[in-house]
Amino acid sequence: MDVKKGRVSSAHGLSDEQKEFQKMAFDFAAHEMSPHMAEWDEKEIFPVETMRKAAQLGFGGIYVQPEVGGSGLSRLDTSVIFEALSTGCVSTTAYISIHNMCNWMIDTFGNTEQREKFCPELCTMDKFASYCLTEPGSGSDAASLLTTAKLEGHHYILNGSKAFISGGGDTDVYIVMCRTGGKGPKGISCVVVEKDTPGLSFGKKEKKVGWNSQPTRAVILEDCHVPVTNRLGQEGQGFNIAMRGLNGGRINIASCSLGAAHACVQLARDHLLVRKQFGEALSNNQFLQFKLAEMATKLVASRLLLREAAVALQESRSDAVSLCSMAKLFVTDECFNICNQALQMHGGYGYLKDYAVQQFVRDIRVHQILEGTNEVMRMIIARSLLSESG
Amino acid sequence: MSPASVFVCLSLTLLSDYPVIRVKPDHSGVVTDGVKHSMNPFCEIAVEEAVKLKEKKFIKEVVAVSCGPTQVTETIRTALAMGCDRGIHVEVSGKDYEAMGPLQIAKIFAALAKKEEASLVILGKQAIDDDCNQTGQMTAALLDWPQGTFASEVTIDGEKVKVVREIDGGLETIKISMPAVLTADLRLNTPRYATLPNIMKAKKKKIANMKPADLGVDMVSRVEVLRVDEPPTRLAGVKVETVDDLVAKLKANGTI
Repeated sequence: MDVKKGRVSSAHGLSDEQKEFQKMAFDFAAHEMSPHMAEWDEKEIFPVETMRKAAQLGFGGIYVQPEVGGSGLSRLDTSVIFEALSTGCVSTTAYISIHNMCNWMIDTFGNTEQREKFCPELCTMDKFASYCLTEPGSGSDAASLLTTAKLEGHHYILNGSKAFISGGGDTDVYIVMCRTGGKGPKGISCVVVEKDTPGLSFGKKEKKVGWNSQPTRAVILEDCHVPVTNRLGQEGQGFNIAMRGLNGGRINIASCSLGAAHACVQLARDHLLVRKQFGEALSNNQFLQFKLAEMATKLVASRLLLREAAVALQESRSDAVSLCSMAKLFVTDECFNICNQALQMHGGYGYLKDYAVQQFVRDIRVHQILEGTNEVMRMIIARSLLSESG
Repeated sequence: MSPASVFVCLSLTLLSDYPVIRVKPDHSGVVTDGVKHSMNPFCEIAVEEAVKLKEKKFIKEVVAVSCGPTQVTETIRTALAMGCDRGIHVEVSGKDYEAMGPLQIAKIFAALAKKEEASLVILGKQAIDDDCNQTGQMTAALLDWPQGTFASEVTIDGEKVKVVREIDGGLETIKISMPAVLTADLRLNTPRYATLPNIMKAKKKKIANMKPADLGVDMVSRVEVLRVDEPPTRLAGVKVETVDDLVAKLKANGTI
C-alpha cells in the first residue's frame, strides 16, 4: 500500500506482517473509535464494549504469551498498534495500554496458578486491570510509598490509599505496590487485589482535562485482606516489578502521543489547504509551510527514537531503560507541541470541541506527567550518564 | 457431497475514501501512481462470505485469487489474514495491466476455476474504481455456470445454492446448482477485522505465483480507451418566476 509520493509514512521500515497489524489497527481506530471519540470524552463513557471488540482482535494482551491467551507480539509491534489506535481515541488507547501492562506483569512475574487465573480473562477483557503505585504522598518519589501490607497467617492486611488510578472503581484486578518490609524500594512487594475484596473502596471519580473515556479514582485499602497467593514474585521484588512494567508502559504512552501527533499533522495539513485568508489558501503562507515542515520532521524523529527504544527493550539491551526514558521524554514533549501547533493553525476553530484537534491536545497533555514525569525521565537518563560504569 | 473449494476473486482498487482523483494530462486514464490502494470493498464482503461458509462447514477450502502486479499480493495477504487458506497471484504488469479489463480477468478466473475444480467462485459485484459490474457475469458465461449476482444472502442447500438478490424491484430469490458464480452486494455481510493471531498465521499460508500464459489466456484487449475526462463542472442554476418563463428558457437553450 503506497502512500503519497515522497511523504514519510508511518509504515516505513516495518515488516509485511507489522504493516498488516498497523492497517488493521488503523481500520479499527477509524471505524470503531474515531466516530465516538468526542462523545466518550464529553459524556465520560468507559467504552467497555468497544474495548472488548478490540480484545477479540488480540489487543487485550498484545505482548502477553499465547499460552495464557495473549498475542505474543514484540514491543515494536505493540508500539505500532498503539500508535495506530490512538488516531481513533488517545484516552481509550492509553487505558488499553495500561491494561496490557498489568496483564504482562502477571504473565511475567506470576507463577503458573496466577497466570492461569488472571491472564486469560484479561486478554479477552472479560476483566479489566488497574496499576496502583502512586499515592497522595508519593508520586515521583514512588519508592517512599506508605501503603502497608502486614503478613497475618495466609493473608496480607493492606492499609493505605492510592491516587490517580486509571480505571479505578470500574476495573476488576488491581496490581498494588505495597510495603511488606522496611523503607525504600527493597521493602516493597506487588500484590493482586481483586474487586469486591472487603476493605477495598474508591474515592470520587476525578474531573479531568482529558483522558475522560477512562474513570480515575483514588483506591482506598482499609484492613483489606489479600491472600498471600496473590503476591507476584518475591517479597521485596515489588518495586522492581513496577519499574519493569513501566519501561514498557513508557513506550506505550509515548506511542499514544505519537498517534495523536500523526493525526494532528493530517488535520493541520487538511485545514491549511482548505482555509483561505488574504485571498489565498493558508497553505501558500511560508510561515505555515515551515511550521508544518517542522512538525512533520519532529514527528518522524519521534517515531524513529520510539521504535528504536521498543527494539532495545525487546532485546533486553543494556541501554533499554535509558532509551525508554529518552523516548518517553522526547516523544511526549514533541508530540504535545505538534498537536498544540496544529490547534493554533486551526485558528478559532481549533478551540471548538466540534474539531478533534483540541481533544488530542487535552488527551496527550498528561502523557508528559504520568508513568514517570518527564522530569523523572531526565533523572533516569542523567543517572545512567553519570554512573561509574558509564 | 460438500463442496470442496471456493475461489474468492479479489480486486485491488483505488482507496474508497480517497478525496481527489485526477485525470492524467494526456487524458488516457486517471493518475494511480502514489495513490493509496486497497482491497475492493465488495471483494472484502466476498472474502467474508467465503470464510463464513467455511466456518459453517459447508466448504473445505477457500482460495484467494487476484490478478495484477506485485502490489496485489498485499490484498491476498489480507484475505489470508481474514481466514482464506491459500492464495494465487496471477502476475500481470506493465502494458498488459493497463489494458486489463473484465474480460481478460474473467478468462483468467474461469481458467483457474476449471483447473482447480472449484465449486463456487465468489467475487465482489463490481470494482469501485471502474464500476464495470461485468467480471462475475463474464466468468460465469465462460464457464457456462449458473450465476447468483448482487447477492445479499447466500445459503447452501445440498448441491444447490439459494441466493437472495438485490434487484431494482426489491429482492429476488433464486436456487442455482453448483458449481456456480456469486457476486457479493453491500448488505451480504459486514467483513471482519483480521485478528492479530490470524495475521501471524497468514504469514505461513502459501501464495502460488503464475502468469496468464500458464493458463492459456490471451490478454489482448478488444476494448480501446479513447479518452478520459472529468465530469463537466456543474453550472449554477437560474430561478424563474412562472411556468411560462420556464418553458421560454428551456426553448431558448434548445432543451425543448
